[in-house]
Amino acid sequence: MTFSDGVFWVFAAIAVVPALLILVSRSIVRMAFLLLFSLAGFAGLYLNLGAGFVGFTQVLVYIGGILILFLFGVMLTHKTDIFVRDRGLPGLTIPGFFAGLLLMGALLYLALQGPWKVREPAAPGGGAAAAATAGAAGPAGAAGALGGDDSRQIGMKLLSTYILPFEAVSILLLAAMVGATYIARAQAPGAPAGEAALEKEASA
Amino acid sequence: MMGDFSSPFAFLAQAAAQAAAPADGGVGLSHYLVVSALVFGLGIMVIIIRRNAIALLMGLELLLNSAGLNFVAFAKYSSPDRFDGQVVTLFIIVIAAAEASLALAITLNIFNSLNTIEVDEARSLKG
Repeated sequence: MTFSDGVFWVFAAIAVVPALLILVSRSIVRMAFLLLFSLAGFAGLYLNLGAGFVGFTQVLVYIGGILILFLFGVMLTHKTDIFVRDRGLPGLTIPGFFAGLLLMGALLYLALQGPWKVREPAAPGGGAAAAATAGAAGPAGAAGALGGDDSRQIGMKLLSTYILPFEAVSILLLAAMVGATYIARAQAPGAPAGEAALEKEASA
Repeated sequence: MMGDFSSPFAFLAQAAAQAAAPADGGVGLSHYLVVSALVFGLGIMVIIIRRNAIALLMGLELLLNSAGLNFVAFAKYSSPDRFDGQVVTLFIIVIAAAEASLALAITLNIFNSLNTIEVDEARSLKG
């Protein structure tokens, strides 16, 4: 077992076990913090796959952004008891469990049975790729994976091959930002704004 | 608490033991696909079982993450160009950010009008 394999097992556990605990946990805040660990595990897996830029983007956007957004959402929607219990849908617990289990089984079957085409480790794909694929043990392998030019390569791909999706995503992000601002603030004409209504409710 | 941790470990180890590992017995593409499949199934369960809107969104993030992990894993192990999958995963992360902000805005709006964010309470179309 190489160093990279050990890193995989650690981060796979960090990614999967909190996801399972999210399922069985009752407190929303605890779920949010479990999600933090799961997302961090995914970031580690990205790094272990030699995708340093994606891994750090994951940390920045997911852990630094989306998770904070979730915590804000919890705080804004549970004014009195932030450690709110989620009861779950009683009629859907058992069917939902089995539906998820069925889907998980199907995906596992595909993942384990599918004759996936695997590139030869020595295939030309950049020096860092070859080093990472060969599972170079120790800090040298990690440095090769992280110190590569992958952000440069991704940047060039984003502005050449993927220029159209890039622009589309930019517009989508702008539209989502404007839309989120509008939806969160705007009320029916004449009604008080969202925060004012909340304050009135709290004082009433 | 340890009981909680031991069973998923056992399942994971068992699944990985059957994985089509590379010739040297190390971690290969299948291992990442197994992790992704496990998290995807758990995310689906969270989405179906939970009724709190924010918990649903967390399940959705798990789904998006497992899809992104698949892209990066295939980019490393199968794709002729190891950056294509990474670019797609970056798009997934960006779209997840947009989705989370919009969904939380809608959640806040639902809370403003219904004073709850349990999804089975939000049944009325207007107001």
